[in-house]
Parts: sequence; structure tokens; C-alpha cells
Amino acid sequence: MGIIENKFRDNVIITSADKFMNWARLSSLWPITFGIACCAIEMMATAASRYDQDRLGIIPRPSPRQADLMIVAGTVTFKMASRIKRLYEQMPEPKYVIAMGCCATSGGPYWQHGYHVMKGVDQVIPVDVYVPGCPPRPESLLEGFIKLQDKIRRESIATTQAA
Amino acid sequence: MESSEVFKLIESKYPDALKSIDLEGIEQSVTIDVNSIADVCNYLKTESELQFTSLMCLSGVDYEDKMEVVYHLHSLLHDHRVTLKVELSRDNPKLPSVSGVWKAANWHEREAYDMYGIVFDDHPDLRRILLPDDWEGFPLRKDYVVAEKYRGWTIRKIKEGFE
Amino acid sequence: MPDLKTEEMVVQMGPQHPATHGVLRLEITTDGEIVRKINPHIGYLHRCFEKHCEELNYHQIIPFVDRCDYLAAMNNEHGYVMAVEKLLDIEIPERVEYIRVIMSELNRIASHLVALGTYGLDIGAITPFLFTFRDREKILDLFEMTSGARLLYNYIWIGGVAFDLPNGFVEKCFEFIDYFLPKLKEYDDLLSYNKIFIKRTAEVAIIPPAVAIEWGITGPNLRASGVDWDLRRDEPYSIYDKFEWDVIVADGRVGVLGDSWSRYYVRVLEMEQSASIVKQALEGLPSDENVKSAVPKKVRPKEGSVFFRSENPRGELGYYIISDGSDIPYRLKMRSPAFCNLSAISDVGEGLLISDLVSLLGSIDIVLGEIDR
Ligand code: SF4
Repeated sequence: MGIIENKFRDNVIITSADKFMNWARLSSLWPITFGIACCAIEMMATAASRYDQDRLGIIPRPSPRQADLMIVAGTVTFKMASRIKRLYEQMPEPKYVIAMGCCATSGGPYWQHGYHVMKGVDQVIPVDVYVPGCPPRPESLLEGFIKLQDKIRRESIATTQAA
Repeated sequence: MESSEVFKLIESKYPDALKSIDLEGIEQSVTIDVNSIADVCNYLKTESELQFTSLMCLSGVDYEDKMEVVYHLHSLLHDHRVTLKVELSRDNPKLPSVSGVWKAANWHEREAYDMYGIVFDDHPDLRRILLPDDWEGFPLRKDYVVAEKYRGWTIRKIKEGFE
Repeated sequence: MPDLKTEEMVVQMGPQHPATHGVLRLEITTDGEIVRKINPHIGYLHRCFEKHCEELNYHQIIPFVDRCDYLAAMNNEHGYVMAVEKLLDIEIPERVEYIRVIMSELNRIASHLVALGTYGLDIGAITPFLFTFRDREKILDLFEMTSGARLLYNYIWIGGVAFDLPNGFVEKCFEFIDYFLPKLKEYDDLLSYNKIFIKRTAEVAIIPPAVAIEWGITGPNLRASGVDWDLRRDEPYSIYDKFEWDVIVADGRVGVLGDSWSRYYVRVLEMEQSASIVKQALEGLPSDENVKSAVPKKVRPKEGSVFFRSENPRGELGYYIISDGSDIPYRLKMRSPAFCNLSAISDVGEGLLISDLVSLLGSIDIVLGEIDR
């Protein structure tokens, strides 16, 4: 959580501030370029000419320090899992994760016999949006972005009951 | 040159090293004695008539009662190929490395070690290559049982009654 | 000036690094900017391919073969099914062979386009990436028409192909070839003869032919070192001997033989040859044969083994299959080209600048899925 979350009660000013901040956050999601396997190629295709994810304000960044979104695009293996965790920890708050493809969601095709494949990246990091498919088409990844933006739109910095 | 002629040359040069010749089937092969494999390979590479300059493939095989290492050699100059095999005991699979003959063998041998636990003597750097260093067991052995957990992460997530 | 004390430093490059094309980790010992020693760590994408092969039957393996080299799925399938067919000893209808060659060569173009685009990205040129992906999408459209998938097709089956070519494919493919060939000139203008690009790649990271053979480097990387060897011509499989085309061998027209620029440019020229093969195949395509007539119901090869190689966009892809007479392979080993190509890096990369190492790594065009399997 960021530094301003959970500091204030819900009131008129906060609602407006929420709107503004959420708008800013969701309009410039910067994912870390982190392709692991086949899904990464579709992620690249999403960034390239035809699908052009720039329309949604999404520009890949090479460093986790500048990113606020991680797209786990590919098969997560046990050797990779600890690195993913570390990369996630290096990202500044607020941060979001999209698990792209069934490998990242559940192990995918390697579910049954893959002794070295982690069955879902949610074992190591929290996931916001799951995009199914093997590989998901660029359109589905874009849909995933839009779903994530919807989610961010509903966020608030006000103290919630649970907090 | 046909494989059978190559086998004859090996036989005349190293009469003791040759254990058996298999001329049946699609692929003709020759089985070499464990201790002389490096010498035979060196001979095959340097002899001007043969010049097997490239090691195409080196694979380990586990036959429940024995282990085998298979070498596929090819000569770019004369365009002929040959298949060599070495039989090993399953309890103590150990043979001389050919990484001194072809550098390409380096990683192939590391892979065979990683997957089967076959030890190559005089290998410059025999470590696991694909799996993490602290992995237990050799996964491609026929009697390999997948562990429950690796560093606290569940490896197999098979539901009850699902196969 | 008093003697400056210098010391070597170990720098980790990857697994998350934009220039490692996936999840490769290089542990480099540097002396200032100079790379003294490289220790590559692979396996971050080890997906147990060979174990899967021992658990699944021959048909079921095809989707996993796709996922090994995801940039050239058709080529991988082609190599695999040919190996199994050799084991089974079956005849394939001629139309199927033509369709397979068309698909493989289109996929070779698509794969080289990715190699070009991402190499540009590594060197610092972003525009070529957008251009190559624009053209690649057109090939993917053709694949989508035939197989329904964009990236991983499961299209070439043992004994046949999954579907016949759809209506209008041939015309669309001709259209693509006519569209594509002039584009090669565009890449030349944009990247190949760009001054900055030449400065970054020419005479950098030279791989002499002897070193290349010693390390088992194959494919475009070997031909860039001046070795005239292409399996499609020298050990013709499928129907490659029916077409007229040239094997591209680098001539060191910019820089020297075996440098990064040659490795890059061999790919550009190879795309032209592939396009010409596709064109010839489309012209000679036999009409109306059942593409599934030879697909066996049950694949149960006799006991025995086979080693079969085919030319993948990255080099020689070999399958060593041991059958014990059941419908599951007893052992399947994949000799992946990128695995051998990458193994040379610790030898070739020594003494380079760190930025030249990036140039070397991009030019050998690795796909981690295939290296780690
Ligand atoms: S979900 Fe499918 S396409 Fe994506 S990484 Fe896994 S195997 Fe590859």
C-alpha cells in the first residue's frame, strides 16, 4: 500500500481526490517488460503495430522500479519463482499483476506432468486479473487491461472497514 | 562413407573397444566400451578419412536395467554420420567426458548429468544445467517420483480422484 | 599518478533483462567495461518437455513440440512428424508435403521477422520492430485462416495436416508474397545499412568457422560464418529438392565474415529465399487430394530408434526417438539448435565490451523455450 492509503475517513474531498488519482493511475499503467515464454510473443504483438496498447496509455518499461504493472506472460518454473517474487518486491506501490495465459494462472498444459512448473503464479505473488488462453490473443490481453482499469477505478484511499 | 565401413575402421583400430554392432533397423549403431569412448571419439574426429567434426547430439537413455549414452556424429566435410552407444551400469553411471574432443559436448553432458545423474569424468564444469542446484533426484530416470514440495511450494496439484 | 587499484566485478545480466530475449541469466565477470568471463545460467523455463514425451502418445506430443520453439511452431511440428513418419515408414500425399513446406517457410519468415525486430530493439532502434511486426501479422493472418491459431498451431499432424487449405488461401498468400518482397528493401534502408546499426554490429563478436563447428552452431549463424551448409539442400527432406533457391552464405560485404552484422543479414536474405520457395510451392500445389488420408488411427511404431534433423529458423533441429513398440515414445530427445548456439557464448563473448555482448546475444537469435525445453 502507498503512503496515503488508509489515512483518511471517507468524505467529499476524498471522493474527488479518489477520482483524480484513480484516473491518473489507470491511464498510465506502465508494465515491466517481462516475457517468460510463448505468451510473451503475444504480449509483444499487443505492444506492436496492429494492436497498439499505447492507446490505453500502456508503455512497457525495462526496469521494475519504474513500473506499476507486472504482466506474468508465460510459464513460471520453480527456478524462476523466487526471481518473480523479488521483481515484484522491487516495484513501487501501488502495483498490480496480470497473470497472462493458463500457464501463469494454473500451470496450463504442464499441469499434470510438469515437475518443474509452478501451478499458478498466485502461489508467489498476488494476482489482480487472470487472462485465460494458450496463448491469449492480443485482444484478450487488452480486455485484461480494461478489466484492471475498471478495478482501479473502484479503488479508494479512504479507510475501509477492514483496515 | 556408410556407417558399416566406419564401424570396420573402428574395429581394426580399436579391436577391444568394440562391444557389438547393430546393423538392423533404421539406425545402425555400434556399442563402444565405456573406458575407450573418449579415445574412439578422438580418433573419429582427427582421422583424415573420417573427420567427424560435429557432435550433433548426445543423449542419455535409461533402460531400467542399464543406462546408455548415445552419440550422433556428423562430418561436414565428408557428409557421413555415425551413431555410437555406451552402456553403463545403473548404480554407478560413469564414463569419460568427450568435452575435450568437441566443445559442443560440454552442455550436452551437463544436461545428461542433470536429467539422469550420469557422471562424466574430466568434465570441466559438471553442474546441474536446467534444474536448480538444490533439486533432488534425476527427473528423467524411469523410477523418478515427483516430490511433494520444493522450497515450500506444492509441486503437484492433482485433485483427489483426478488422473 | 599512483597506480589505480582495479578489480574485477561480477555482474548479473538477467533473468529479467530486455536484451536476454526471455529468461536467460548471464553471470559476467567484468574488468571495467570489458567482459572477462561469462557463465550462462539457463533452465529458468525448463518445462519438462522430455518427461511429457514419455507420458503422452505420439499425437498428443505435437502441441508440446509447438511450445518448445514458439516462434517457429510449424517448423518444429514438421521436424517432429517427419521423424515419426520415418519410424512408421508411411507415405504422405503430395499435397500434404506442399502444404507443409508452405507453412514451414512462412513460419521461417515470421520467425526471422521477430529476430530482426527484436535485434533492432536490443541495439536501440525501435521503429524496425513496429515495421517487422506489421508484416508478421499478415503471416499470422494466413496461419489463422488455416489452423485457427495465431502462434501455436497444432496443424501438421502425423501423416497429414489438420485441415485442408481454406478457400482463398492461395490468392491471399500470393498477395502476401507480392506485398512482402518490396518490404525487404525497406528493412535495408531502415536498419541493415543504417550507419549506427553498422557501427554497433559490423566487426563485432566474430565467430570463425572452426569455432562455430566445434561448438555445434548451426543454421543462419553457421552460414554467417561462411560455412555453406543447409539441410534443406544437403540432406533434402520433404520436397525441398523440387524447388529452385539458393543457400545464403555470408560474404562479409559489410564488416567481416562471422560478425553480428553477417548473422543479421543472412536472415534478411533468407527471408527472400523462403518467399521464393513459398511462391514455387503455391504454383505447383497439386489440387484435391485428401489431406488426411494417410493419418494413422493409432501410432504404434515398431521397436527401434531414429534420429532425424531438419532445418529450423535457428538451425538444425534434431529428434532422437526411441520406440518400444507402444503408442508412447520410450525416450524422446530434442536436439535444439539454440541450445548449441548459445553454448558458444562463453567462448565467443570473452573480451567483448558489455554493449557488444548485447549485440552478440541478439544476433544469435535465441529462444529460451527451446533451450530449456
Ligand atoms: S499459456 Fe500456453 S502460450 Fe502461454 S506460456 Fe503457457 S504454454 Fe505458452
